[in-house]
Amino acid sequence: MNLTLRVWRQAGADAPGRFETYPAEGIPPEASFLEMLDIVNERLERNGAEPIAFDHDCREGICGSCGVMIDGVPHGPQLGTATCQLHMRRFDEGDTVVVEPWRAAGFPVVRDLMVDRSAFDRIIEAGGYISVSTGSAPDANEIPVPKDAADAAMDAAACIGCGACVAACPNSAAQLFTAAKLVHLNLLPQGQAERDRRTVAMVDTMESFFGSCTNHGECETACPKGISIDTIALMNRDYLKARLSDRRLLGRS
Amino acid sequence: MTATQPKPRTSRPGLLGIYRSDLGKKYAMAISGVFLLLFVFAHMVGNLHAFEGPEQINHYGEALRELGEPLLPRTMLLWVGLRIPLAIALAVHVHAAYALTLTNLRARSGSYDGRNYLAAGYASRTMRWTGVITLLFLAWHLADFTWGIKTVNPDYVRGDVYGNLIASLERWPVFALYLMAMGALGLHVWHGAWSLFQSLGINNPRFNAYRRIFAIVFATIVTGGFVTVPIAVQLGIIG
Ligand code: FES
Repeated sequence: MNLTLRVWRQAGADAPGRFETYPAEGIPPEASFLEMLDIVNERLERNGAEPIAFDHDCREGICGSCGVMIDGVPHGPQLGTATCQLHMRRFDEGDTVVVEPWRAAGFPVVRDLMVDRSAFDRIIEAGGYISVSTGSAPDANEIPVPKDAADAAMDAAACIGCGACVAACPNSAAQLFTAAKLVHLNLLPQGQAERDRRTVAMVDTMESFFGSCTNHGECETACPKGISIDTIALMNRDYLKARLSDRRLLGRS
Repeated sequence: MTATQPKPRTSRPGLLGIYRSDLGKKYAMAISGVFLLLFVFAHMVGNLHAFEGPEQINHYGEALRELGEPLLPRTMLLWVGLRIPLAIALAVHVHAAYALTLTNLRARSGSYDGRNYLAAGYASRTMRWTGVITLLFLAWHLADFTWGIKTVNPDYVRGDVYGNLIASLERWPVFALYLMAMGALGLHVWHGAWSLFQSLGINNPRFNAYRRIFAIVFATIVTGGFVTVPIAVQLGIIG
């Protein structure tokens, strides 16, 4: 396949960025999007040019490091798929493909297509855990969990933290990520004791980095794991409940 | 390089403390929105009295001012029960929208080359503008029919609801203005009446599908009901 790439190049966080056009010729249709970038990079290096920097790790859609904006859609044209799982057969011969990093104030560009997603780590640090030991894997069966709660928590836990939701959102809001992490723990019995504190801490941290949800629904469509905005409604409800009960007033924090 | 956390948030107790958070502002928008939606719906239904002729609608207008009589003085309940709470709801709605818009603009860093929206509709992406248009229209509308400012409605006669609405809506630029404003209001409600459920966390698989339908039906009924009066005036059905 012969394609043309229009790629965002930016030498560093504070350097000005610009689009560069590169030919991507002789690309096997079975190559993944990242393999296509590998091929282009090899040629760039051979010509003594700087390769295009992009994040990647697992290349099997589970680590969440590879997201880029492809033709104005996070992770590209195939819905429910991370960039590393997108294959070149999804494109047509002669296409010009535009590749950009996530753009959000909370995700500053590190270089080219790489952004710093550590704001997500701050949100997790604020409360995305259960602070007592819940035992080892076999102990999980000691605590019965209703099937539907387990399923819903599992669906939320599918979030790989790629940041596509923020990238897709016209408000750069991180609601879908935060809600997925919250719902994952808030639906399970192990997560109940810290439910209020967790919800308030994670939402407050989220709000200090990102925008606010206006219910466009773009994030849900962009999510490679198909996480639903129903989780956002659950988070909104939990936050309201937690703030209204405000345990600190009762000295019960 | 690392995203800087502009102001670490610590939430404060109390209702104002909740309002300080972005989610708190969303709750405030949703709750004030419900109140405004109820008002808009009642207003639309009330307008239909125009089809019953001058006596009926003028009587309806007077009845609103006499609400609560003889227990309360004339126009008291109208002010305390309706106008002041509505003004407060509107002020909260606008302030929250303004603050959240600033937050959201700050949270962005540039736009994409050829962004492809897949889910966000026209209504949701124009909320800001339809909101501002509706607000500006409201000022005109009050000057036109409530305050009777002469530059806006030169033939205004206090208390003659029927005559005033004909005098105003007969003029085609005013007619066009009302149609446009109702279009903006309809779009705003189209998204808002759905969005409020999400913001308040009213979400249940049993009725989720109906939330969107409700919003569309509500927006259609309100807009459709409102525009019948100006159209009827233009067609000479009222007048
Ligand atoms: S590289 Fe791990 S999800 Fe794509």
